[in-house]
Amino acid sequence: MLDHLRFREDEPVGAPAVTVDAFFSQTNAAAVRIEPGDDAKSLLPFLEQLRLVEVNFPSFGDGRGYSSARILREAGYQGELRAVGDVLVDQLSHMRRCGFDSFLPEKPFDPEDAQAALDRWPEVYQATGDGRTPIWAKRHPAHERD
Amino acid sequence: MYRYDQYDQAMVDTRVAEFRDQTRRRLEGKLTEDQFKPLRLQNGLYLQLHAYMLRVAVPYGTLNAAQMHVLANIADKYDRGYGHFTTRQNIQYNWIKLEDAPDILADLAAVEMHAIQTSGNCIRNISSDQFAGAAADELIDPRPYAELLRQWSSFHPEFLTLPRKFKICVIASETDRAAMKLHDIGIRIVKNAAGEIGAAFYVGGGMGRTPMIAPLIRDFVPLDQLITYSEACLRVYNRYGRRDNKYKARIKILVHELGKEEYTRQVEEEFAHLLTQGIEPPIAELERIMAHFADPAFDTAASDDLDLSNRDFALWVARNTVAHKQPGYVIANISLKPVGGIPGDASAAQIHLMADLAKEYSFDELRVTHAQNIVLPHVRKADLFTLWQKLEAAGLGAANLDTVEDIIACPGLDYCSLANARSIPVAQKISQRFAANGKTGELGELKLKISGCINACGHHHAGHIGILGVDKKGLENYQLLLGGCEGDDTSLGKITGPGFTEDGIVDAVEKATDVYLAEREEGERFLDTYRRIGMEKFKEAIYA
Repeated sequence: MLDHLRFREDEPVGAPAVTVDAFFSQTNAAAVRIEPGDDAKSLLPFLEQLRLVEVNFPSFGDGRGYSSARILREAGYQGELRAVGDVLVDQLSHMRRCGFDSFLPEKPFDPEDAQAALDRWPEVYQATGDGRTPIWAKRHPAHERD
Repeated sequence: MYRYDQYDQAMVDTRVAEFRDQTRRRLEGKLTEDQFKPLRLQNGLYLQLHAYMLRVAVPYGTLNAAQMHVLANIADKYDRGYGHFTTRQNIQYNWIKLEDAPDILADLAAVEMHAIQTSGNCIRNISSDQFAGAAADELIDPRPYAELLRQWSSFHPEFLTLPRKFKICVIASETDRAAMKLHDIGIRIVKNAAGEIGAAFYVGGGMGRTPMIAPLIRDFVPLDQLITYSEACLRVYNRYGRRDNKYKARIKILVHELGKEEYTRQVEEEFAHLLTQGIEPPIAELERIMAHFADPAFDTAASDDLDLSNRDFALWVARNTVAHKQPGYVIANISLKPVGGIPGDASAAQIHLMADLAKEYSFDELRVTHAQNIVLPHVRKADLFTLWQKLEAAGLGAANLDTVEDIIACPGLDYCSLANARSIPVAQKISQRFAANGKTGELGELKLKISGCINACGHHHAGHIGILGVDKKGLENYQLLLGGCEGDDTSLGKITGPGFTEDGIVDAVEKATDVYLAEREEGERFLDTYRRIGMEKFKEAIYA
């Protein structure tokens, strides 16, 4: 079973992620954990020092973390973006599309199911900043961005 | 109409494979029901009182004959020989087995259809004006914009676990035939002073427990920013919509609690940021989609003459047809409201017949309306009599569009696990009452809408006459509302007073219509008279 799925080459950060409140009271932390109610935009001035952002999903049905992830990536965050908590296999491909590159689920994934979920979508309709070419760009190559 | 290319086809095929795998894992016990529920909901599969219901998407209500035939085949093969057309311009089947669902989705995918996001806390099927592309009063066909939004909203990874469901409607006419301002986002395609086409955004409307009319938050979004602006609206909602109480989770509550100005400010800020992110498809993509919606090859020599010597035909023409933009053509409405029937239901044989008639007389096109009827959008006047005869022979000739018999009703307690009361028998009794007393014609336009619970799937807030079924100490009880309207002058109905039994509500409706007949002035509809004289006289008569 898969405890931790990670799509990065760099060394994982050793120190545990601190809460957003703690992060703002100790200016040198490199790892922070955001909860669904935290404002990801409050981290934007500190992206340079951050190497790990954990986005907690206390319940898989609370989708605020997807927006948090995109906000961080859109602002240029390059570090590890890790989904933790009630993360399910059927959400993997959507989370990847929103910029997550690391997954630490409460319950480990079945490796086969995880691979199938990640390989599922050959095409995508939207541009989400994850580097995949949306269908509309393939239809109009002259307009393809980046 | 829009046809899939290899990409669209790959997306629906992938979805079928994905759902087949998810269903397998559910049946093997690898997924709990709690985990599986949002997955099946986003494939239209909803657990009702007696069985699974499957809701199939009919994007912006448009479909062709081949698709309609498949809908009939599904009714025969997997259900009990009928389907139910819904207020979201979709079709539902009420007796589906979970293990059949992947095969049904595969049958649908073979004709470019799906059940993607027809339920669940995500962006639902995009609805539109059922007369799009045919109406004499439209600025432009709204469906290309709806299709652009369909593709953007399908599997949008950020917006699949929203606080609550999210409904978008796009229209482009003076007249609002789609209850646009009662959607989470209502878009009206407009022309600005410079003659450019763009989109006006109304955000935060809805029915349900807390009905709200959507305020205008931006009067003109340029067409090359339509997706970006929509994404900004959704992101603010996804981040800040309430998740502590499902009854306060719709965007209407967020807009109401923040205030329109603050919500708009946040959207504009997000919009300015997203404009830098390159998420908008090029205009060439919109143009590609538009080419699919080019006018059919109308007969420009088609005659405008219509022989109305048959009185029954003349009545049907007067009530069920609407002016077309092309001379010599009309828009023909097929009422799925036969007297005493179940609103919106059609048998497999009727669905097949409507498909054949569309192929023969309407350039292979049909529409589903939010009033649960079917439209043949482009019928030559010269073919109309023959068409009507064929409809009559199949029990589809009811001449009652927009009358008191043309009732919108939710499935109610006969099917739905949320309902407090039955809707269907009330609708049946009301249409029988008015067919028997002969007042239907005299009453003219009268929109009557019935919901079997407070969730308002039957749009009771927006009926000129609305009926809400409630549970009163274990008994079904019906409240009467007057003065709602879904159109341009959108208004919400007000409750008259204490509720009624099933038979009592039928009497109360008749008494309300009698007040109208006694009080109306020249040219007034029921709604106009109500608005002029107010509630009091109606109450006096109803509770006398």
